[in-house]
Amino acid sequence: MNHWLIAPVLLPALLGPLMILWMRHDLLQQRVFGVIGSLLTLAVALKLHVMAAGGEVIVYRLGNWPAPFGIVLMLDRLAALMLVLTAVLALVVQLYGIGSGWDRKGWHFHSLWLFQLMGLNGAFLTGDAFNLFVFFEVLLIASYGLMIHGGGPMRLRAGVQYISYNLAGSALFLAALGTLYAVTGTLNMADMAERVAQMPAEDSALLRTGAVLLLLVFAIKAAIVPLHFWLPSTYANAPGPVAALFAIMSKVGVYAIIRFFTLVFPADSVIETIATDLILPAALITLALGQIGVLGTRSLTRLAAFAAIASIGTLMIAVARFDAQGLTAGLYYMIHSTLAGAALFLVVDMIAARRGGDFWLRLRPAIRNTGLISALFFLTGIAVVGLPPLSGFLGKLMILDATADDPWQTWIWGTILVTSLIALVGFARAGSILFWKTHEMDPEPGNDTDEGEAPVRGAIPPKLETDEPIQDVDDSAAPWLSFVSTGMLLAGAVALTLFAGPLTRYLQATADQLANPQLYYESVLRQQEGSK
Amino acid sequence: MEILVASAIGAITAAGVYLILRLRTFAVVLGMTMLTYAINAFLFTSGRLVVDLPPILLSHDVDSNHVYTDPLPQALVLTAIVISFGMTAVVVMMALGAFIEGGDDHINMPDEDRLMPPLKTIDDAKQIEDETA
Repeated sequence: MNHWLIAPVLLPALLGPLMILWMRHDLLQQRVFGVIGSLLTLAVALKLHVMAAGGEVIVYRLGNWPAPFGIVLMLDRLAALMLVLTAVLALVVQLYGIGSGWDRKGWHFHSLWLFQLMGLNGAFLTGDAFNLFVFFEVLLIASYGLMIHGGGPMRLRAGVQYISYNLAGSALFLAALGTLYAVTGTLNMADMAERVAQMPAEDSALLRTGAVLLLLVFAIKAAIVPLHFWLPSTYANAPGPVAALFAIMSKVGVYAIIRFFTLVFPADSVIETIATDLILPAALITLALGQIGVLGTRSLTRLAAFAAIASIGTLMIAVARFDAQGLTAGLYYMIHSTLAGAALFLVVDMIAARRGGDFWLRLRPAIRNTGLISALFFLTGIAVVGLPPLSGFLGKLMILDATADDPWQTWIWGTILVTSLIALVGFARAGSILFWKTHEMDPEPGNDTDEGEAPVRGAIPPKLETDEPIQDVDDSAAPWLSFVSTGMLLAGAVALTLFAGPLTRYLQATADQLANPQLYYESVLRQQEGSK
Repeated sequence: MEILVASAIGAITAAGVYLILRLRTFAVVLGMTMLTYAINAFLFTSGRLVVDLPPILLSHDVDSNHVYTDPLPQALVLTAIVISFGMTAVVVMMALGAFIEGGDDHINMPDEDRLMPPLKTIDDAKQIEDETA
């Protein structure tokens, strides 16, 4: 049995508590061990990626119990891809957290970071539906801690909303699992898939209920309209690097939808195309709502949050087809939107830190490093909106191509193209307020507010910020590291463009593997003698 | 018995949903607790309701026509209870923190979350300093 599969879960699970026990008061050690933990996770993820690239579904039986009775972890191309994406994002954003000094603003930043990684990795690897619920809870409880990192009344209030929403979601998840267990009598995903495939159509009412409940739960995680209400306040009030890490959190919901509705409930099973019928209109509305939010908001952090909603909408349009071409385009866009969305949150955090914590879109005197930061904002904007030459353009092109023969083609193309224009205007407006018009302004007091009040020269006195909602640049340990990590995320978007050909072929293979559930039945349920 | 359990779960769920829709954190936390109780009972019934039977096989004899109750939902309920218990503790702490720092226990975000506040000025700073002094 291949013990590498449990490593991405065990490694952070061991390092996290050790950091709390041994180096509670030593930030330097926490930083060193936190980065080492993320680096090791990345190394293990790459190793697993190489193992999974052959197209085999590798199964790890916990406690060596035979499959439908014990819990299994299963590694296929999709899981390996998500592991690598998570590890890369976590490492780069963690470096930003260190460079910007966010990790000094509260307790146990790096331990929580590792717990978050543990939950994410477990959710991507598990082959058991109830175990998926447990890993969801692990990643959620770590995210509650990270989300309120740094404190402040607004952040705590947003945190209460976030927790309440997700607790209701967890209750729904349990209800869905109870329903599915009552119908199929199993919680192992491959076993459940096989039983669903054999189920006669006249007995499928309760099964459909369970499937739709499950879809609702994952839609809450992914923030698909109308279950997106938790996202804007949560992401806008979370610390910059945490919001950037949350870019992968909403993708967990998308991953779970892909996993369940290709393996357990494919369109040729008794539940038919219910997933597509529900997701596609919701995805179109999600996209439109997100991009209109980008244009309409007056807060920079909310702009990034609405861009995240819009990216989920675009992604779900492709995923909703659940065929090879749609999934290939969707997975490509998922990688792109994770990197670009995270980069956007980091750039926004850098801008706000240099404006004394003022994240509202209004005229202020020019900020420090304005040239470099405006260039980063410009590039990130291009990537997020989907203009050539960065990967957002290729991703959207692939989605348009994949939906060319869809009965909803007019709606899909119309929504994607029109909302891209809306987002472009939104980003142009934000950029011109932040960087361009500042040069027209006299940095002297008297004319840099739209309310006509006398402004403060330079930075606002720290005393005014009773709750320091955003990290101030003067507190940061190594501002260069912030630039490097943001640059690395954008370099990822460039690499996605340059290596789009080989990557697309790999994603095509991933989608083909997902379309073949027999492979999962075989690996999980049949080939068990090798596990002894 | 089925009708009794089902209506009990339904009533608790309804109460929980009603409380979750309230605008104060205390009611929401209570509602969340109610909802998790209902869900735990629901999970328990997902293995079918039987009375007075052990959750293990007592005999290996296939012909003995031995009956038992499904043990798996009981394990699931235990996990769900532990997790929901921990999560309730977290949400209580968070609600308390938000109440102490934010000054009230409304669940909605205040307007300052969406509306741009006016820029603070040097005069404001002085005023705040005077007030705190």
